[in-house]
Amino acid sequence: MTGFLQQCFNGLVSGGFYALLALGLAVIFGMLGVVNFAHGAFFMLGAFGAYLALAELGMPFWVALFAVPALLFLLGMLLERTLIRRLTPFDPLYNFLLTFGLTLVLQDAVKREYGVQSQPYPRPAELSGSIDLGVFDYPAYQVFVLGAAVVLCTAVWLVLTRTRVGMVVRAATERPELTGALGVNVGRWVTPVFAFGVALAGLAGVLAAPMRAVNPLMGADLIIAVFAVVVIGGLGSVFGSVLAGFAIGVAQSLGNLYVPALSQTLIFIIMAGVLLLRPAGLFGREEART
Amino acid sequence: MRKTTRALTAALAAGTLLVAGCGRGGPGGGADAKVSNDKIVLAVLNDQSGVYADLSGKNSIEAVRMAVADFQAKYGDKAVSSDIEVVSADHQNKPDIANSKAQELYDRQQADAILDVPTSSAALAVANVAKAKKKLYFNIGAATTELTGKQCNRYTFHYAYDTYMLANGTGSAVTKQGGENWYIVYPDYAFGQDMEKSFSAAIGAAGGTVVAKDPTPFPNDNFSTFLLKAPGLKPKPDVLGTMQAGGDLVNLVKQYNEFKLREQGIKLSVGLMFITDIHSLGPDAFAGTTFTDAWYWNFDDRNRQWADRFTAKTQTRPSFAHAANYSAATQYLEAVQRAGTDAADAVVGELEGYTYDDMFARNATVRAKDHRVVHDVYLAEVKPKSQVTTEWDYEKILRTIPAAEAFRPESAGGCTL
Repeated sequence: MTGFLQQCFNGLVSGGFYALLALGLAVIFGMLGVVNFAHGAFFMLGAFGAYLALAELGMPFWVALFAVPALLFLLGMLLERTLIRRLTPFDPLYNFLLTFGLTLVLQDAVKREYGVQSQPYPRPAELSGSIDLGVFDYPAYQVFVLGAAVVLCTAVWLVLTRTRVGMVVRAATERPELTGALGVNVGRWVTPVFAFGVALAGLAGVLAAPMRAVNPLMGADLIIAVFAVVVIGGLGSVFGSVLAGFAIGVAQSLGNLYVPALSQTLIFIIMAGVLLLRPAGLFGREEART
Repeated sequence: MRKTTRALTAALAAGTLLVAGCGRGGPGGGADAKVSNDKIVLAVLNDQSGVYADLSGKNSIEAVRMAVADFQAKYGDKAVSSDIEVVSADHQNKPDIANSKAQELYDRQQADAILDVPTSSAALAVANVAKAKKKLYFNIGAATTELTGKQCNRYTFHYAYDTYMLANGTGSAVTKQGGENWYIVYPDYAFGQDMEKSFSAAIGAAGGTVVAKDPTPFPNDNFSTFLLKAPGLKPKPDVLGTMQAGGDLVNLVKQYNEFKLREQGIKLSVGLMFITDIHSLGPDAFAGTTFTDAWYWNFDDRNRQWADRFTAKTQTRPSFAHAANYSAATQYLEAVQRAGTDAADAVVGELEGYTYDDMFARNATVRAKDHRVVHDVYLAEVKPKSQVTTEWDYEKILRTIPAAEAFRPESAGGCTL
């Protein structure tokens, strides 16, 4: 039983990464209608940023946790203003291709400078021990990651549902034209929302650096799973993405334990199953986006 | 009329000059008569942008260039050919691309020998091309024993290491040191499955038991499930044997340390480790881990001198694959020199049964029956950071495994050349 609980906890930790990335993707898709393929690359840039900040500037993890996402926020704004914006009026496929290309450029740029081998990044000293969770001991850093993911997702949820900014964003997400007609300047919110999604991916990257391999391909490996999570949760549904993120994390962890043969494919089997029953995902709306 | 004649004369004169120029041949003149296309072409076919780009990649090409320069310096005017070219291609670790690139290298770029080729599936694809084209092929980067087993051929040589050598070295050494119960995790593709089989056999032969073995997704970033499962197995394993490579290995080791398995009495043993992996995580993450190494730059003066020259060119320390590329290129050129020609069959004849000792390959023999190049290999342990004196000084060599014991016996692979 303890083993089972431990595995569930594991699943929640990896689910935390899925949730953070899926959340950013969902917000961006909702607001801009852009399927941001470069999300994995931003995740990688976050981890690499943390590594560089430590190696070149001696910046500790706790500072990087704020500084790196802030930089990525600026990068996100720049990209939205210079590239993404130009293609949003057209078929969504154009932006999909653009962000796919962007991924390749970013990955190869990092590869060119730092090679493909993983870079070292230590755990912050404050979190190097274990925490007694009552039934079992668990690495403190992983508990922190899970806590951070839950807090962030909740915070974003509260901002979206309880504040005026959130109300505007939600309205613009659901009915951009109607919201515009009511006198809200929707365009004004597009850039910061995109940049926010990018920063969130970067933050997940910083969180991943101490526990995962920091290399140019780390995001590419993860993004496929995150896309599956978003599809399962319902494209554009913030709540659905977060919930699906945690749920898929747990499902994978238990799947590895009980049916290791399916470990590679489990997530896609779930995705196919969900699409058969609910073509718009668990929390997606059936109607097509206009 | 006059104009036409003039033009004709000019053309004729130019043509004569051209033909005269060609007739002289390249530099070196008549001595090249026995060398095809008046030059020797060495081709490095490997991964230049993917997961193996750092441990082989562009720096393998540099190592082969060093071999060519050293060969030319050694023989000067007496060299069988004064024109030795190094070309390269990126196979992206895909067998289909490796296959077409190898054909292109042999046919269009007139390569006399192909070197390196990591990734077992790609390596086997190139072996087939070498067989069909009757041109030489030295595999360095791939681990599969099939190259010298059922899929061996007259033109293929396996140079640096293989799964049998890794398992035989690490698996039996660790078992004999008291690590009798093993839990093996391996990535679920050809290399991992091959490694798992070799390790299980070696552990069993040394008197140990494989308590459990689990295939893991590939690529995978979360190994917690397997790491948490380990202490609960009955009997509790003494050793966690990981067959992961590259980024997956780094992920697993980071999490192995997080879950404090070493403190719970479960040691880590790594199937295939390159020095670049230790560099990625820092030595403390791996401290005490034993593994089998084909070559280590800081082993003795001979290795260090070469490593220093390599570092001067590449700004990084060589992996065993880099050193093996240098060695294979050198031995190929030496064989051509002895044969006096680059005709493939004559060179194969010179290589088969040849014994030598060079910077990479100590007490080496090119086995005639299966074309496995056997040489001394090393049982290594990762030093804790406190014992690391210079950069990249990560390994303590515990034991030299003599060439005769290190590799699979000649007759066991089922190779019929």
